[in-house]
Amino acid sequence: MHSLSNRRGWGFWLQLGFTLLVCALLTVPMAMSMLAGLTANYFVGLKSGLTLHWVDEVLRVYSGTILLSLQIAFACLACTLVLGVPAAYALARRPGRIARLVEEMLMMPVAIPGLATALALIVTYGGVGDLRSSWLFILIGHVLFTLPFMVRAVLAVMGSIDLTTLEEGAASLGAGFLRRFATVVLPNCRSGILAGSLMVLTLSVGEFNLTWLLHTPLTKTLPVGLADSYASLRIEIGSAYTLVFFLMIVPSLILMQGLFRRGRPSV
Amino acid sequence: MSACVQDAPLPHRPAARPPVRPGWTGEPLRLAALLAPAAAVFAAFFLLPLVRLILIGAGGTAGWSAYLTTLADSGHLDSLISTLALSAGVTLVTLAVSTVAGLFLVRNRFPGHALLVALLTFPLAFPGVVIGFMVIMLAGRQGLIGTITQALGAGKLVFAYSMAGLFLGYVYFSIPRVILTVMAAAEKLDPRLEEAARSLGASSWRVVADVILPALKPALISAGALCFATSMGAFGTAFTLATRINVLPMTIYTEFTLQANIAAAAALSVLLGLITWAALAVARSVAGTSVAAAG
Repeated sequence: MHSLSNRRGWGFWLQLGFTLLVCALLTVPMAMSMLAGLTANYFVGLKSGLTLHWVDEVLRVYSGTILLSLQIAFACLACTLVLGVPAAYALARRPGRIARLVEEMLMMPVAIPGLATALALIVTYGGVGDLRSSWLFILIGHVLFTLPFMVRAVLAVMGSIDLTTLEEGAASLGAGFLRRFATVVLPNCRSGILAGSLMVLTLSVGEFNLTWLLHTPLTKTLPVGLADSYASLRIEIGSAYTLVFFLMIVPSLILMQGLFRRGRPSV
Repeated sequence: MSACVQDAPLPHRPAARPPVRPGWTGEPLRLAALLAPAAAVFAAFFLLPLVRLILIGAGGTAGWSAYLTTLADSGHLDSLISTLALSAGVTLVTLAVSTVAGLFLVRNRFPGHALLVALLTFPLAFPGVVIGFMVIMLAGRQGLIGTITQALGAGKLVFAYSMAGLFLGYVYFSIPRVILTVMAAAEKLDPRLEEAARSLGASSWRVVADVILPALKPALISAGALCFATSMGAFGTAFTLATRINVLPMTIYTEFTLQANIAAAAALSVLLGLITWAALAVARSVAGTSVAAAG
């Protein structure tokens, strides 16, 4: 459909200009913040020189938050894989009203603001043992929030392949369920599992709405530290911290864009 | 877990399904067992706490009517109304901007196209706090916009720490998502419809208004609902910009932490959850596809 409007009249240049302007709105602040994190004195500007001093400072002060965020993200990934992939399989094998209802229910933690979910968790489990002060409390919130993304990514791929026929073929050759699941189902869904995994990691590392209420002074994650540094420290440190965060999520964002381009369903 | 359910009795299967083959007995039980862990976690850590929250909201002296009387508090009502207005405005602006850019990118190919798409969708998974910082970079005290207006002699324009800054932040946050949705929908359009319209003499604008936009309507509704629900419930951006911004999530946070008014915080968050959930449910029934908020 692109051939028709390719006359490159003034309309083309006007729209290109507009699109570039939108792109600038999104990317200029990113570039500014990355540069600010590497500038000796942002107020003076670039002529004050470039330095890794602020990044060092961030790594020194905030390495705990970075490690905790990675720990939670990978634990969250493990949980969503163990819970989400079998659930998606069950939903894909029996599509129908009940499956739709279950899917709808599982989506609720994403439809309802994280603030409400966090409050609900605190009033229900805040007094149970040491859970409130444990990183597991944050993990629970992250699993609730990211599970729908894993289920939907896997479900989308399972819906696009003929799982029943593939499995019946394997079953007719005598493969039991576990064998079929491990050697037929999982390999055929790997693009969905990969897309879901990247989404889960990225969302967990950046999650703030739930985490701000669930965290304690001893369980500060990266976004919690970011909010701290934005509120109280000089702009160079906030920027350097943001730069570290960008570096952490860029690999998965680029991989995700690659998956989108290959025509995988977006989550 | 499958071995033990393998020999379970075979329930009646729907007539439309192919006949059962050997080795497929006990499938419903197995599927239930596969779904069970996710369902158990969901019930224990989401449904149960949510019910608890709803009960706490009604647990004050006012009982269930607390859900209505909490809005009689003029502060709460103001905050609800300004949040609704903000979200509606963000949704309209984001849809307009993203539709123009998304359609342009689908209908034209040029050098640098892939890079432009990549850059436009890059902030997709940024958390609200980082979005807030991006707004400070643009419109804060040392921001780009202020520097430019000052250089032009118009005085330093600073609006990051207000409702306008929040507006900019939510538009920033929503553009990548909506552009992706618009592009995905526009790529599926049947080019023959446009050719037919053109062959009948329709101008470019008429083609867009009468052929393309109606065809994109379901995608625009679902993307718009997502944008609206996210703007209603997001917290990180407002928290970064200023705790004084009067939006519902900030009000809930203040009630909970500073006033220790847990019943009001619970009632307001249940109300907020109902609004975002309803917005997405309505969009789903109109658009026919699944949508969900994030961030």
